[in-house]
Amino acid sequence: MSLTQLVFWTFSALAVVGAAMCITRRSPVASALWLVQTLFSLAALFVVLDAQFIAVLQVLVYAGAIMVLFLFVIMLLNLGRAGPSDLKGPAGLAVATLLGGLLFFQLLRGATPSAAGTRGGNVMAQLQEEQGIVGAVARPLFSQYLIPFEITSVLLLAAIVGAVVLAKRKL
Amino acid sequence: MTFFLVSSIAKVVVVFTAILVTVALTTLVERRICAFIQDRLGPNRVGPQGLLQPAADGLKSLLKEETLPVRADKALFLLAPAISFTPALLTFAVIPFAAPLPTRWGDVPMVVADLPVGFLYILAISSLGVYGVTLAGWSSNNKYALLGGLRASAQMISYEIAMGMSTVAVLLLAGNVTLSRVIAQQQAGGWYVLSLLLAFFIFLVSAFAETNRVPFDLPEAEGELIAGYHTEYSAMKFSMFYIAEYANMLTASALMATLFFGGWDIPFTSWDNGPPWTLAKTLATGAVFCVKTACFMFLYIWVRWTLPRFRYDQLMALGWKVLLPLALVYLTVLATAVWYLKEQLGWAYGPAFGWALFGLNAVLAGLLFWWLDRGRIVSGSVARAEGEV
Repeated sequence: MSLTQLVFWTFSALAVVGAAMCITRRSPVASALWLVQTLFSLAALFVVLDAQFIAVLQVLVYAGAIMVLFLFVIMLLNLGRAGPSDLKGPAGLAVATLLGGLLFFQLLRGATPSAAGTRGGNVMAQLQEEQGIVGAVARPLFSQYLIPFEITSVLLLAAIVGAVVLAKRKL
Repeated sequence: MTFFLVSSIAKVVVVFTAILVTVALTTLVERRICAFIQDRLGPNRVGPQGLLQPAADGLKSLLKEETLPVRADKALFLLAPAISFTPALLTFAVIPFAAPLPTRWGDVPMVVADLPVGFLYILAISSLGVYGVTLAGWSSNNKYALLGGLRASAQMISYEIAMGMSTVAVLLLAGNVTLSRVIAQQQAGGWYVLSLLLAFFIFLVSAFAETNRVPFDLPEAEGELIAGYHTEYSAMKFSMFYIAEYANMLTASALMATLFFGGWDIPFTSWDNGPPWTLAKTLATGAVFCVKTACFMFLYIWVRWTLPRFRYDQLMALGWKVLLPLALVYLTVLATAVWYLKEQLGWAYGPAFGWALFGLNAVLAGLLFWWLDRGRIVSGSVARAEGEV
C-alpha cells in the first residue's frame, strides 16, 4: 500500500466514522463536533486529490466558521444536553431509509469511472503550476462559470436579507 | 528523499523547540515589561534577572492539583486545552524564517513546509483554535465560562472575516499566496507595509482580536466573568491555554513580519536577496526575522499594559461596522489602482509601483484617521490646550 492509499483510507475511515457518530449522538454538541471531524477529513481527502486550495477553503469556511456558528447557536439556546430523538415513529424511519437509499444509489452510479475522470497525467498539478493555486480555481469561476457564480451570490444576498428581516422585529 | 526527511524532521524539532522556549520566555518578558510600565521591578529572584522564573512556573503547574467540576462534560473538558493548544503550534509551519541554508546535499529552504496555499493554511488552522476556547467554556458547566466561550466564538468569527479581507490585499499585489513568493516580491519592490498600509492596519487590529489580547480580551474579562472560559481549569490544563495564547501571538507576529515587513529580508541591502546562499546569509536573515517578530511581540505587550478593555458591543461594532466595510472599500480602491498601474500603464511590481501605492495609501490613511477621530481626540485636545473649551 502506497503512502497516498494509506492517507486516503485513514481519512476516509475517519470521515465515515465521524458522519455515523454525528447522526447517532443524542447530544447536539457531540453531533456538531463529529461533523467537524468529517469535514476536516474531507479536507484531507481534497489534499490527496491535489486540490489544496479547496481543502483550505473547506477547513476555513466549513470546519472553522460555519461549525463554530452551529456550536454558538447550540450553546446560546442551551440545547447542549442530550434530549430525545427527533425520528418519530416507523413512518418517519421508512421515509428516511427510502431517501437515504435513493441518495446512495445515485452516488454509486456517479462513482463508476467515466471518460471524463481518466485524463492522463496530473491535471491539477499542471493547472496550478501555470496559474497559481488560487488562479486555477478563480479563473474558471470568473469567466466560464460567471453566471452561475453571480446567481449564487444573489441567492446568498437574498438569504442574508431574509435572515436579518426574520431576526430583527423592529427594523 | 532521505535528505528531505532528515532535514524536515530537523526543522520540525528546531521550530517546535524554538516556539516553546520563546513562549516560556515571553511570559517572563511580559511580566518584566508590565512591571516596568507600572514602575516596579517584576520577577527577578529566580535565576539571573528572573530567567528561571518560567521553569519554576512550569514546575508549579505540573505539580498543582488537577480539578474536575462534578457536572462538567468530562471528555470535552479534558479535550478542550489540547484542541486550543494543537492549532497554535501547527500554524508556524508555513512561515519562512531565514534564507535557504546551503549544505553538501543541496539548499535547504528555512521553512518547515512551503505549502502552495501559504498563509491561507494559517488562517484555516488558526480558525480551528476557537473550538478549544468555546468547548472549554461550554464543557465546564459554569455560566461565566459559558459566557466567555460564547464571546470567544462570536469575536473570532467576526474578526476572521476582516483579517481574511486584509490578506486579500496581499494576494492582489503578490498574485500568489505562497509565503516564499510574497517575501521574494517584497525584496524586489519594497515592503508591503508601505504599499498596503491600510491592509496592515486592519490586519493588526484583527490579529489582536484573534489572539484574545487586550484591548479585545473579552472572553476572559476578569472584571465581569471571573476568568472567562478557563474559570474551572487548574494546573497544567490552565497553563496550556496560556501557552496556546502566547504561541498564537508569536505566529501572528511572525505572520505580520512576513506579510507586511518583508519576512527575513534585510532592509537597505540586496546582499541577502539571492544566491549564492551562504551560512552567514542564513544566520543574518534569521536574526533579522527574529528581531521583526520580537518587535511585534513587544507591541502586543505594550498595548496590553497601556489600553483599557473594550466593551463587548463596541468590539462587535468595530468588527462589523468599521473594519469589514473599511476592508471592502479598501479592496475595491486598491484593486482599481493595481489594475490601472498594471494593465493601463503596464508597470511591473517594483519600487515605483510600491511608492505610487504608498501615496494612495497615505491619502486613504489620512482620511480614515480623520474620520475615526472626528474632532474627538486630536483637535479636541488641541482646543483644550488653547483654552477654547
